[in-house]
Amino acid sequence: MAYGDFVVMRDLNFVVRRGDIFIIMGGSGCGKSTLMRHLIGLKRPAAGKVLIGGASLWETEGEERDALLRRLGVMYQSGALWSSLTLAENIGLPLEQFTDLSAAAIREVAAYKLALVGLAGFEDYYPSEISGGMQKRAGVARAMALDPEILFFDEPSAGLDPVSARRLDDLILELRESLRTTMIVVTHELESLMGIGTNSVYLDVETRTQIALGRPRGLLEGCRDAKVQAFLTRGGQAAPAGPTERANGEAG
Amino acid sequence: MVTLRSLPPESPEASDAPQLEIRRQSDNALTLYLSGPWLLREAVPSVTLVKEALEAGGRVRRILIDAGGVTGWDTALPVFLRAVVALAAEGGAHIDGSRLDEGVRKLLQLAAAVPPRQAATPRARPGLRIRTGEAAIRAWKRTAAFVVFLGEVVLSVGALLSGRAAYRPVDFGLVLQETGPRALGIVSLISFLVGLILAFVGAIQLARFGAQIYIADLVGLAMAREMGPMMAGIVMAGRTGAAFAAQLGTMQVNQEIDALKTLGISPVEFLVLPRIMALVLMMPLLTLYADLVGIGGGLTVSVSLFDLTLPQYWQETVAALTLTQFVIGLGKSVVYGAIVAVAGCAAGIRASGSASAVGEAATQCPRSLTLRTRPRDAGSSRPPVPTRCMFRLTG
Repeated sequence: MAYGDFVVMRDLNFVVRRGDIFIIMGGSGCGKSTLMRHLIGLKRPAAGKVLIGGASLWETEGEERDALLRRLGVMYQSGALWSSLTLAENIGLPLEQFTDLSAAAIREVAAYKLALVGLAGFEDYYPSEISGGMQKRAGVARAMALDPEILFFDEPSAGLDPVSARRLDDLILELRESLRTTMIVVTHELESLMGIGTNSVYLDVETRTQIALGRPRGLLEGCRDAKVQAFLTRGGQAAPAGPTERANGEAG
Repeated sequence: MVTLRSLPPESPEASDAPQLEIRRQSDNALTLYLSGPWLLREAVPSVTLVKEALEAGGRVRRILIDAGGVTGWDTALPVFLRAVVALAAEGGAHIDGSRLDEGVRKLLQLAAAVPPRQAATPRARPGLRIRTGEAAIRAWKRTAAFVVFLGEVVLSVGALLSGRAAYRPVDFGLVLQETGPRALGIVSLISFLVGLILAFVGAIQLARFGAQIYIADLVGLAMAREMGPMMAGIVMAGRTGAAFAAQLGTMQVNQEIDALKTLGISPVEFLVLPRIMALVLMMPLLTLYADLVGIGGGLTVSVSLFDLTLPQYWQETVAALTLTQFVIGLGKSVVYGAIVAVAGCAAGIRASGSASAVGEAATQCPRSLTLRTRPRDAGSSRPPVPTRCMFRLTG
């Protein structure tokens, strides 16, 4: 993973199993979102492969690649709903493009997907007319439009109040329960990743690679690495004392 | 090591301006007496004074800071002290800050808590050679990206012709309305004024030879061949091209374009193609309209100021203009339309990062376009004499 000459992350290697809720976590600016852009086919990795069910995402082209991409659904950080379309049209657009459903059937499907995320009755609203939390949920509904096998979530709870964030987490859990979809979630919200994660990878800014792999709760108990521990315990007890001591030596 | 007790500074007016007094206690100790209001809005003494004092004598091992006389402080004080700390660290001197306010000490500690990142040290401005090289590389990358974009556009036109292009006819209709009918007002205004000016400026010269009647030729030819398409093109660049750039730029920043890509929908087919089609379709119509309005402008001036009658002017215009003149103008307008649409969309698609990138894309587009349309006019065709003189007149 690199931007120009700047290497963001190296030597990443992990497997996401079917039905997992896989968390990509790490401090701000470590490359979580960049990693996701590699996984969903937006940015070609500087080296390495992304395998989806055995097919290599960056080595296929044309129709084959489009078909592969359609097995993924993505919820973007800001929702990224198409602002000129209503919610129903937003969800309907992928269906319109890739299925032979009639307009009425598409609307039916859109209404059903919106109802799944708790937005029944909002079919004819434009994205700018609903709140940020609702936009994110509508983004989930759109990501599910083509019944993807793998759903990606970029910072699902960022910018939401605790209750809405919790509801979105519950939604993710429920969707996995009922649809058996594999989920890949980029987040640094502790409560959220502890609550829903069944597996995770921790990206470290300083060493520029993954330093921990496993179930978040398991890492909290079993991982010896100080940085992972600090992350999972919000800095723990040791961190606040550190800077003060060091500063005393320099400025005092 | 001798540390003298802090002596209050002797200056009597200490309270109304920030004061710094530097005293050398012994060979290797320096005391800084700070007094007065150390506020950003006051002229706070510069750190260079301390630097000079440090360099003036022998090596200083210890710097005592006494801020006992400071009556009030804000950011100015910690900023000054931080610079002193840096100077001291450079010269290997120890800072004695024990007489500093508790609050100031805390702030200094906070600022020093995390060591500065190596890469974050202010980068030296690279030399001319490096900057030229970097600019060349950037220009090359942008050109390459533009060529790729152009290639995608051509492919999408191919997809359109074979009926496989993924775009929504509704969107196409909306863009069509936005670029065409909604632009009539501004196109009318501009082309009427251009016709007016052409006639007026030309007539003054022609009147010397008693040849006012040729105003009709001048205005008619100039509008049909050059000014009509050019004015419509410039209006479209400023209005529609910028709008395209802003729309697509916002979608890019908002990840809406990413959302299309991850669905396997080509943003070029879906967003760029309808816009190019709409503009290429609308430009000839707008140009024809601009031609007529411009001729109307010329007519207004001639009839009201230069004693020509309406039938005379009409006769002369009809005689001067052939269908060929219009066709040349309309041909140009199609090219301008394509250029404006492609450049506008390219600027939008290229935008990335933040809201300011959208503004940048929107302003960059008409600027580069007006530059691009002008030389094309001057070089691509040999204008007949009246048009050429018009060019000299309007610059």
